[in-house]
Amino acid sequence: MKRIGLSILALLCLAFVLIAKDAQPNEDPQIEARMKNLTQQLRCLVCQNETLAESHADLAEDLRREIREQMKAGKSDQEILSFLTQRYGDFVLYNPPVKATTYLLWFGPFVLLVAGAAVLYRYLKRRRELIEERPLTAEERSRAEKLLEM
Amino acid sequence: MNKLLLVPLALFIALVVFLFVGLGRDPHEVPSPLINKTAPAFQLPQLKEPAKTFSAQEMRGKVWLLNFWGTWCIACREEHPLLVEYARTGLIPIYGVDYKDDRSAGLQWLAEFGDPYAAIAFDVDGRTSIDYGVYGAPETFLIDKHGVIRFKQIGPITRDVWEKKIVPLARELNK
Repeated sequence: MKRIGLSILALLCLAFVLIAKDAQPNEDPQIEARMKNLTQQLRCLVCQNETLAESHADLAEDLRREIREQMKAGKSDQEILSFLTQRYGDFVLYNPPVKATTYLLWFGPFVLLVAGAAVLYRYLKRRRELIEERPLTAEERSRAEKLLEM
Repeated sequence: MNKLLLVPLALFIALVVFLFVGLGRDPHEVPSPLINKTAPAFQLPQLKEPAKTFSAQEMRGKVWLLNFWGTWCIACREEHPLLVEYARTGLIPIYGVDYKDDRSAGLQWLAEFGDPYAAIAFDVDGRTSIDYGVYGAPETFLIDKHGVIRFKQIGPITRDVWEKKIVPLARELNK
């Protein structure tokens, strides 16, 4: 029994060693924090629904290496982003920049919202105009009274 | 009938059209920002003769193709026979970049499937392919006499792309 316990422990240790391989214990924690923050805003082009931070694609690993080296070389986040967009286009950014080609993307929903509000306003206003108040006739009144008595 | 009632229908049809067109598009074909820009410079050892180098700059004055491939890339295998066939026509010189690969595997691939390349650069750490924004091998760039990228094919070249896009554009650029 003890033996089985020991071998399970050994296996667990092995698993942790394998996981730990991915982390970089010797790296500067400040750079790692910047890395994490920046790569979470970037798209991996191979698996497009993954961020560069979490992707295991080969290209993502190479790009993380490239970004880490550029950070060590003292490049700013902005410089690194422009390095990437020069090569892969704005598509790498999960947060697309506001410019002429993306106006529709950024402002389209607000335009739709305003248009919808305008349509709703006109509709409600017209409906209000359709309502006309008219007092009941004597016949209607007696019918209503009869219904209420029941 | 109230004409206003047709508005939601029209909007719905427009939405369906947008979605249908969206379905037909390949999300992996991201427009490259490198089109009509100067091809990034590089100087790399050659695959077959490591002592020699190949650089993009030495191709000035020629219209040429730069094809990124690797033996690990399955789609490259699909494309390779076509490259061999097109290299025989001699219309456009094809140069290769074997990237993130093992040298002996690369050489063996050429021995087995044929060698369409005038020269092959060996990009072991993939830096040159990052400079070219390569993300889905194979990728092929058509570069003009001034060293400007004029066309990029993401994924394997097909007969259609070769006949309708690459060859006519290369003819135009060679004038």
